Amino acid sequence: MVETERHDYDVIVIGAGGSGLRAAIAAHEAGARTAIVCKSLLGKAHTVMAEGGAAAAMGNVWPEDNWQVHFRDTMRGGKMLNNWRMAQLHALEAPDRVYELEEWGALFDRTKDGKISQRDFGGHRYARLAHVGDRTGLEMIRTLQQRAVQIGVDVFMECTITRLLKDGGKIAGAFGYWRETGSFITFTAPAVVLATGGIGKSFQVTSNSWEYTGDGHAMALWAGASLINMEFVQFHPTGMVWPPSVKGILITESVRGEGGVLRNSEGKRFMFDYIPDFFKAETADNEKEADAWYADHINNRRPPELLPRDEVARAINSEIKAGRGSPHGGVYLDIATRRSAEDIKRRLPSMYHQFKELGDVDITKEPMEVAPTCHYVMGGIEVDADTQASIVPGLYAAGEVSGGMHGSNRLGGNSLSDLLVFGRRAGDSAADYVSKLPSRPRISEADVQAAADEAEEPFSNPGKENPYAVMKDLQEHMQSLVGIIRRAEELERALKEIDRLKERAKNVSVRGLGREYNPGWNTALDLRSMLTVSECIAKAALERTESRGGHTRDDYPATDYDYWGTINLVLTERNGKLQLDRKPLPVMPDELKTLFEESH
Amino acid sequence: MGYDLNMRVWRGDATGGGFSSYVVPVEEGEVVLDAIHRLQAEQAPDLAVRWNCKAGKCGSCSAEVNGKPRLMCMTRLSSFDPTETITVTPMRTFPIIRDLVTDVTFNYEKAREVPAFTPAGDNKGGKFRMAQVDVERGQEFRKCIECFLCQNTCHVIRDHDDNKPAFAGPRFFIRYAELDMHPLDTLDRRKMAQNEEGLGYCNITKCCTEVCPEGIHITDNGIIPLKERVVDAKYDPVLIPFLGRRKDRRPVGSAAGHGPSPIKRPGQPSTPSPVTTDVAARTATLAPAPPEPTGLGPMVPGPADQAKMAAPYAVAAGGLGFLVWALRRRRR
Repeated sequence: MVETERHDYDVIVIGAGGSGLRAAIAAHEAGARTAIVCKSLLGKAHTVMAEGGAAAAMGNVWPEDNWQVHFRDTMRGGKMLNNWRMAQLHALEAPDRVYELEEWGALFDRTKDGKISQRDFGGHRYARLAHVGDRTGLEMIRTLQQRAVQIGVDVFMECTITRLLKDGGKIAGAFGYWRETGSFITFTAPAVVLATGGIGKSFQVTSNSWEYTGDGHAMALWAGASLINMEFVQFHPTGMVWPPSVKGILITESVRGEGGVLRNSEGKRFMFDYIPDFFKAETADNEKEADAWYADHINNRRPPELLPRDEVARAINSEIKAGRGSPHGGVYLDIATRRSAEDIKRRLPSMYHQFKELGDVDITKEPMEVAPTCHYVMGGIEVDADTQASIVPGLYAAGEVSGGMHGSNRLGGNSLSDLLVFGRRAGDSAADYVSKLPSRPRISEADVQAAADEAEEPFSNPGKENPYAVMKDLQEHMQSLVGIIRRAEELERALKEIDRLKERAKNVSVRGLGREYNPGWNTALDLRSMLTVSECIAKAALERTESRGGHTRDDYPATDYDYWGTINLVLTERNGKLQLDRKPLPVMPDELKTLFEESH
Repeated sequence: MGYDLNMRVWRGDATGGGFSSYVVPVEEGEVVLDAIHRLQAEQAPDLAVRWNCKAGKCGSCSAEVNGKPRLMCMTRLSSFDPTETITVTPMRTFPIIRDLVTDVTFNYEKAREVPAFTPAGDNKGGKFRMAQVDVERGQEFRKCIECFLCQNTCHVIRDHDDNKPAFAGPRFFIRYAELDMHPLDTLDRRKMAQNEEGLGYCNITKCCTEVCPEGIHITDNGIIPLKERVVDAKYDPVLIPFLGRRKDRRPVGSAAGHGPSPIKRPGQPSTPSPVTTDVAARTATLAPAPPEPTGLGPMVPGPADQAKMAAPYAVAAGGLGFLVWALRRRRR
């Protein structure tokens, strides 16, 4: 029998970012014995990197705002490929989830009359983001973390799950290891909520941390769940480009929300040249109107800098390719000439700090150099909109690891609210599922043994591959072949390269003292998930022969509303082979369709 | 431009260890964490180090660089001479796990002792109203990224392991200060901060403030005002009738986090059964108190001269602060 410690719970939540913490709180409060398991220390998850805010139509700044407008903005931002029901639930419930955070101690910035202040962001018709300066994610994770610890949710931190365990078709538990000791840990639990975040580490230039290796996506796929929309990867328009060591680090969209503009090397505000027909009616076509919009949203159209992220990222990419970039291969983001130094420091304190400390740039005096950086995957585990249940009984997903909510492109600010709304729903449904189970599924010792053997394999592998080298090559191929602009030949080549890397990964061996806090070994195990999700992305990207949101095909530049606008690509694993199917998109009821008929 | 950096890195575990020397090629604009990563990728794949965001936002990569507590991701190599050897050691105050990774469980245990924010009522429909000026005080402390460098540098525990059970440390004093300054909180945690969390041990040498990568004025804006308010709660029998005192807060008794810790470590059993929520149990016995939307009035940081002196007894420092506070308050 495998040497492993064992724990029994009703619900295991994997991941301790915003959605994982919110799910764990919900499951615990619903009476389920709940544990949260996370790869890093508690409070360090990627949610802390979220800067701008949480979108919720509270109407504190613009009373004209309401859930219908938010719903419409979300669907249009996702180029109508969103799961309409998720977008609706999200818009409906986001305000309550934000109020709840405040009840648990969050301190959001205020309006003059003492309500939660709201800021402008790309693709949102009204100022809608509840925020705390430019460190909203930190505020959110701290609030949820303090709440979870206070109510007594068990926390297993620096503990990595490598396999989900099943009994017949149902979830029965999970297997993993403690980073600190390398010792194995087995959970028996009839319900697992995956809240593992995204896949950004598969790309070279990314705003994502080492944790973002797509573990949840891959484990769900291996356990029989389906992934949808994996071709849609969001490249955030504004990542740092200089110095090289900070390449890809995020610059919040709030810089543009607060009045920042993009210029090329000729000093031109180039976004006016990139307004797509889809957004023409609501986007200002001259600087005067764009600038007037900040004070008067009703009589002016929004500046093109605040188009959805996919549009802005593509525009920046085109300017750089046309030779109008900055010295380090970006474009200029200018807030210095637009707002006073005092305002910038007050509204964007961590951006000021980040550039000062890491780039020797004073953003109150000089423009920033920016270029797109891999930021978010819209695709993820296919779930039921109301319960976040996957097709595997007992397996739930919330946050970035789930798919459907954001369609082909996520609006900024919609992810923090997504985490809260669907984290809670996933935790509630998981607890409810467990309470109604006639009998508890059992884990099989053979499965535990297999998971342990798999985890230990790199130590006995006679091969000579270095896990870091394989990871680096994967990142380079994904960046150059499956990046922001794609074409068939490159995607086909990417799939071949991934096959080769899979072969190399079979020869990865780990040197060193042993399993105790051994990052080489940890990376060797993470590689499997990274290769799996990379293949999913490349395969789906090759299949979708159109351009939409976070998927731009050089060889198919048009958006095809008639056919591809009605299709989701669904990935499953059958007999160890990745299977791709086309599935019709759920159809929106007529009363919601009318929301899209008005012109502006 | 690039050059070869000489590094000494502490390698070892709880049983012991020592320095290993490396030569690492580095590039312009890089930080200490970049050098550590390159070392890990090319020469020492099993070198243990914590990191996440690499942008000074998560507080994972805390270590001591040439003896100074720093975030490795925010320590630029350009701040050293290229010929200088850079020495990287783990935080000294916490037990070693391996190489640069320490066991920071102490901080998570202290975190659960803090009685949570307790408003008078719920916030259904967004009823809470607070002024920006009032939330800004607490927001300063909520910038904390929990890198625990302040905890690491605080001499109360850095050199005195035996003080740990009785001392929460600067990170949690600013958590108490934050809750104390929250305009809608109804609990009075002052006695608890003093009696059970060891606020009195702090003799305001400001080492914590100096190492804070977020630039939080831990001592001036957090600990000193908290000490003043503790004194207010304990030692002001004469002046109360003249000055008035907040009566709307309910005191809390002992530390909040009892029972088996929810923060699990390798080999520990899981918590046996669901616990009823601490806050619900605690607040059930509390009479509701009306919220005070304007908060505590302007916060009064201790005067500079007082802050500079290394007062050996916190009570003396707090007492002086209290008099200043009382006088200013009466003037208004």
